[in-house]
Amino acid sequence: MKIIVVGGGKIGETLVEQLAKEGHDLVLIDNQQAVIEETENRLDVMGIYGNGASHLVQIEAGVPKADLLIAVTNSDELNMLCCLVAKKLGARHTIARIRNPEYNDQLVFLREELGLSLAINPEAAAAGELFRMLRFPSALKIETFSRGRVELAEVRLREGSKLDGLYLHELSKKFQVKVLVCVVQRGEQVLIPTGDFRLCAGDKISIAAGPAEIERFFRAAGLLKEEAHSVMIVGGGRIAHYLCRKLLGIGVSVKIIDTDPQRCRHLCEQMPRAMIICGDGTKQELLFEEGLERVDAFVSLTGLDEQNAILSMFAASRGVGKVITKVSRTSLLSLVESAGLESVISPKEITANQIVRYVRAMQNSLGSNVETLYKLVGGRVEALEFRVKPDFPHIGTPLKDLTLKPNLLLACITRGDRAILPGGGDSIAADDRVVVVTTNQQLRDLSDILL
Amino acid sequence: MNRRMVVYILGQMLNAEALLLLFPTAVSFLYREQGVAFAFLITIAATVAFGALCTFRRPQNRVIYAREGFAVVALSWLVLSAFGALPFWLTREIPSYVDCFFETVSGFTTTGASILTEVESLSRGLLFWRSFTHWVGGMGVLVFVMTVIPLGDNRSMHILRAEVPGPMVGKLVPRLKSTAKILYGIYIVMTAIEVVLLLFGGMDLYDSLVHSFGTAGTGGFSVKNASIGAYQSPYIEWVIAIFMLLFGINFNLYFFLLLGKIRTVLQSDELRCYLGIVGASIAVIAVNILPMYQKLGVAVRHAAFQVSSIITTTGYATVDFNGWPQLSRTILVVLMFFGACAGSTGGGLKIARLLLFFRTMRRDLRRMLHPHSVEVVMLDGKPVPEDTVAGANGFFLVYSAIALVTVLLISVDGFDFETNFTAMAACLNNIGPGLGMVGPTGNFSAFSDFSKLLLSFAMLIGRLEVFPMLLIFAPSVWRRR
Repeated sequence: MKIIVVGGGKIGETLVEQLAKEGHDLVLIDNQQAVIEETENRLDVMGIYGNGASHLVQIEAGVPKADLLIAVTNSDELNMLCCLVAKKLGARHTIARIRNPEYNDQLVFLREELGLSLAINPEAAAAGELFRMLRFPSALKIETFSRGRVELAEVRLREGSKLDGLYLHELSKKFQVKVLVCVVQRGEQVLIPTGDFRLCAGDKISIAAGPAEIERFFRAAGLLKEEAHSVMIVGGGRIAHYLCRKLLGIGVSVKIIDTDPQRCRHLCEQMPRAMIICGDGTKQELLFEEGLERVDAFVSLTGLDEQNAILSMFAASRGVGKVITKVSRTSLLSLVESAGLESVISPKEITANQIVRYVRAMQNSLGSNVETLYKLVGGRVEALEFRVKPDFPHIGTPLKDLTLKPNLLLACITRGDRAILPGGGDSIAADDRVVVVTTNQQLRDLSDILL
Repeated sequence: MNRRMVVYILGQMLNAEALLLLFPTAVSFLYREQGVAFAFLITIAATVAFGALCTFRRPQNRVIYAREGFAVVALSWLVLSAFGALPFWLTREIPSYVDCFFETVSGFTTTGASILTEVESLSRGLLFWRSFTHWVGGMGVLVFVMTVIPLGDNRSMHILRAEVPGPMVGKLVPRLKSTAKILYGIYIVMTAIEVVLLLFGGMDLYDSLVHSFGTAGTGGFSVKNASIGAYQSPYIEWVIAIFMLLFGINFNLYFFLLLGKIRTVLQSDELRCYLGIVGASIAVIAVNILPMYQKLGVAVRHAAFQVSSIITTTGYATVDFNGWPQLSRTILVVLMFFGACAGSTGGGLKIARLLLFFRTMRRDLRRMLHPHSVEVVMLDGKPVPEDTVAGANGFFLVYSAIALVTVLLISVDGFDFETNFTAMAACLNNIGPGLGMVGPTGNFSAFSDFSKLLLSFAMLIGRLEVFPMLLIFAPSVWRRR
């Protein structure tokens, strides 16, 4: 497909890289020559210098024949204008990043009147992810499939864990819960394990099951942490705003620390029930004064990755149960994780995932669609959800008779309201939703899983 | 420096060359020149052996940065020429290896300068290979290989930039591979059209192929001692003159033409300037040489042929312009330096650069009068980044320095200044014939081996636009980190 990206900032760069890797023809429009040159040197894409909202520049970039235009400049208005122009020129789909909460409330209007295919809001998406992590703090990360009927939870096995030294086929017998271990990270290695795989302390595993089963499993395995009832957030930006609103909605007490008095005032006006502290969140004095040692969870959301990392390390050393760090530069992710901070979110990655998911779904209007896509383990593993169309050739065939590609696992089948962890005797039926976990990237269709 | 990857790409280049060598081998068999065919087969075996040795292990780290790009391009051209010279040497048709190397470099760089005093006595297979190198070198060898195998980890742009001539290199479509395919598609189709038109003019298939290769790559090797003049056919002369001009135009413009963007093509500053220079030169020379040929039609034809041959840096000749009046000869020497358009197969400084020089010069003069004025250099109605302007100026500086040093060094051989200067100009700008002893009827055989190697090097410097060739001598390029 021909895809045009306007704006080569943090998200634009990740998107271009990701989409070019998937085999699309990418054109990047940016108003800085240096950005274009750097991108062209690094990736096999074409760069065009100019204002992305100008129709002449768009024509030069080939928008009239493009399948998709993604506007991710740092201005909402410019993004909308880009999409509007592109739609008039004949681009098939348009995606805009819109992050001002005021516009966010009128998304339906934007979508219908401006012909926007998708509006993405990285901050809101990041807040959503944070919210899920805080509600279920036992897992490092949690992704949902099939409208919440299946979850994929990531957890680290500590020294002396009940799971240490266990074979995977013993799991369900020992804990009386049916769960599936989909991915194991051991050091630098990433594995899709089979039944005779033996867990050991230090592994990071991803478990698939329904939400209730996951909770039961965590309780049985002694991994459960209580849900957070009080949260401290340092940095009062947009993510903090969205997150705070959500947390207040379920009755969690929230404390936000920010240095900017005006920002604090604004937050306070918007959310009178939250406690807003104006002060320097990097000062230990202040953190202790505000009860760092008594909160259940600590989230660092300042604009500086380094600051976030240090703050989180400090909070973790003070025994806060759940510490989440925001890291914008993905190159730092592995460094942060090696420093012992395991719950990390990266807004740009979340957004890029969202768009890649949309693009893949766009690509096949036939066959079974990719409904959901998550990139796990720094993009090395993908978890995809497909819906089975009636013309899928292997409907009704028992799974043990299908030869799947290596490094691929059918994690779950959702039929109606029921989530099935598939065994050899189960089979795929029409209208099922199938979750596949694989290190083999670029699956586009359910039939791609077969050898 | 990622040496493994550089070696790997070099190996791929050798494999590609082996593939290309199959064509002249087939030609040799066709003309029953078993000995020559055998020489080609030995060369293929040697090339494949070295190629396989280099590509035996795929390097883990496939990232190439700018310096690997430069090094790969420069070394590829050297290595390809060194192996491409083998058939001449093995058949003993050119006894000295230095001469063989000179001839092959001259072929790949589309120069067309020859050390042969007598062309027609060479075997058909070798002559075919000689001209075939023009065709391959014209568009760029690495660009060709890139259409088939992916060379780097997305970063092949560095290679394209080092090999494609011109101050600014851009892609036509997002994928490098598709861009290369489009360019080669246009190239092949245009060459085929020329072959057909030459066949209509009564040339046999072999001659029209060889001359089309020479025209397409703007090379200039002919299979006749008297070059195109040997055919005594105004039709053939006009066809070749026009096609030389066409191959001197930026290939991107043909792509735009295919897309129907005629306005973009017509508004190209470079194209207008190019055609203007050609038109004016033809007019002046035609008037100047009118007394020699009596008829206006003949004078215009000879003027047009020689002008397009020189400005596109091809180097075919229909008459011995060495005997023309001084004004015409001087115009031709000036045109040698102008060269063709950026992004074409021609050599020289390139019209786009000349326009940049001229416009920068104009800006600097205006700045003397209005010291506070701000002015941006424009090309095709778009502002040119200051880096590019500075780059073009730097290019000119280094280019002049190399020209001076070359003239100085080859003057050791003791020939007259006209010969030395135009020999340098003809090699550095990839033209072929110069004036004096190296004029259209002369050749380079009298130079010493040292001068021949130096001139071969000048050809490579000219074809790769100076920097890649010079940079392989910088120690920092070769340092491991």
